[in-house]
Amino acid sequence: MASVYSEKVMDHFANPRNVGEIKDADGVGEVGNAVCGDIMKMYIKVKDGKIEDVKFKTFGCGSAIATSSMATELIKGKPIEEALQLTNKAVVEALDGLPAHKLHCSVLAEQAIKAALADYYTRQGIDPKPLIGDIPETCEGCCSH
Amino acid sequence: MDRFIYADNAATTQLSPKVLEKMMPYLTNEYGNASSLYGFGQNSKQAIVAARESIANCLHCKPNEVYFTSGGSEADNWAIKMIAKEQAKKGKKHIISTAFEHHAVLHSLNALKEEGFEITLLPVYENGIIHVEDLENAIREDTALVTIMFANNEIGTIQPIKEVGAICKAHHVYFHTDAVQAVGHLPIDFVDMNIDLLSMSGHKFHGPKGIGALIIRNGIRFANLIDGGSQERNRRAGTENTAGIVGISEALKLALENLEQTNTSIIQKRNRIISELLKIEKSRLNGDANTRLPGNINISFEGIEGESLLLYLDMKGICASSGSACTSGSLDPSHVLLSIGLPHEIAHGSLRLTISESTTDEDVDYIIESVPQVVDRLRKMSPLWEKIKLEEGKE
Ligand SMILES: Cc1ncc(COP(=O)(O)O)c(C=O)c1O
Repeated sequence: MASVYSEKVMDHFANPRNVGEIKDADGVGEVGNAVCGDIMKMYIKVKDGKIEDVKFKTFGCGSAIATSSMATELIKGKPIEEALQLTNKAVVEALDGLPAHKLHCSVLAEQAIKAALADYYTRQGIDPKPLIGDIPETCEGCCSH
Repeated sequence: MDRFIYADNAATTQLSPKVLEKMMPYLTNEYGNASSLYGFGQNSKQAIVAARESIANCLHCKPNEVYFTSGGSEADNWAIKMIAKEQAKKGKKHIISTAFEHHAVLHSLNALKEEGFEITLLPVYENGIIHVEDLENAIREDTALVTIMFANNEIGTIQPIKEVGAICKAHHVYFHTDAVQAVGHLPIDFVDMNIDLLSMSGHKFHGPKGIGALIIRNGIRFANLIDGGSQERNRRAGTENTAGIVGISEALKLALENLEQTNTSIIQKRNRIISELLKIEKSRLNGDANTRLPGNINISFEGIEGESLLLYLDMKGICASSGSACTSGSLDPSHVLLSIGLPHEIAHGSLRLTISESTTDEDVDYIIESVPQVVDRLRKMSPLWEKIKLEEGKE
């Protein structure tokens, strides 16, 4: 049957990878808000400079769940420096595209990863700002409230 | 897919096979133009005359008060804009409506606002029903029109139409009702309810898409919609959609045949779904529990988002709808849910199921079984739900 999403998106939505929490995470990041209708929370475990494990929890639409899932897949096992380079565009490409009005979900996924990495750096006593820059508090311009 | 349950009858309905059967001749052999003099054309003309009479009988109006349109949106636009145009000549440029009308009405009103009309939107309160006192208070010397929907398409609430009609009549103000969700589902008496203009649409009661009607009480002055030939008493020109006209009239006749009995059975199923789904923690029914369309169920579940809920239900073979921003295609959740005071985050998690006479008890069982599973699955991955539970624990 027809779908508004690509097969890849539907696959990641139907069987999201890496859902859950990491109790003793080395970094946790949360972006979005309930009013706008999407929140993403990412947990990372770092070992030897690599993302040893990553888990997510997402409140949001189908593409929010699928982009979270894909973003975690793209950084799992990768060196931190590489994870830092993850762009929303890469997530969208890996999902074979998203409808135009859903692109903000991929931006949120990128920000969620960055927020988790920023938290990791902060815990290590490293100022994340020069490395990551500012992460917007809310999904600005996402809704009229 | 092993199951397919269509629970989105407020969006559109399945064409009844009996209706199709009545339409078939006019889609095949009887293709004559109703305006043609020869017998072959007059066959079509007769079918249209009979359809008009049948609709008039069903709604208790006169056949020459029925004007066929392409659907509900066209009827709404015509009614509102053309009455406004006429009334503006008398200096009347104030219109009263409600905050939760269909966009066909609200956007028409916005267009009139641009032209200098003043619009008063009555509140619909937490249960989704207007207070007639608010209407009384809102009517002014320069009120040109009152347009209030018969029943809401999202939360199903039914408005006190007869009382509204009486108030409008007493104040000599025209009254239009968007009855797109009510026609074929509720008894309607055009005269007794003092309705001046009524919009309806065929595809909401097992008729075809692309056909509707505006009922306009005789004696009302209003502008033409389409200039051209003499169809629809010169008001809306264009060769008639004979098959559609035959279809909408047959669908209405069939819908009203056993209406009370049908509704009793649908209401029973609706109430079973509502009471079972409200057992899910942190859920709420949107719209009044009793004064609502027989087939309408609208429930919000905290901590989850509507679009993902619909997609998981779709995978289980259930077609439903939601008022979340993601499904409305805009940035905000449905204006209907906001109008009854739902906070954004709860409006995002709404589910609308609209059942029909063909919904079986097995379908109801399956819905009751599936929805909690999907809600649970989404809550397990929702950081918002985690927060809600955490705060609950603190209390
Ligand atoms: C209350 C209401 N008014 C108007 C319409 C528009 O009707 P149509 O789709 O026939 O233009 C709808 C249907 O979506 C409706 O539910």
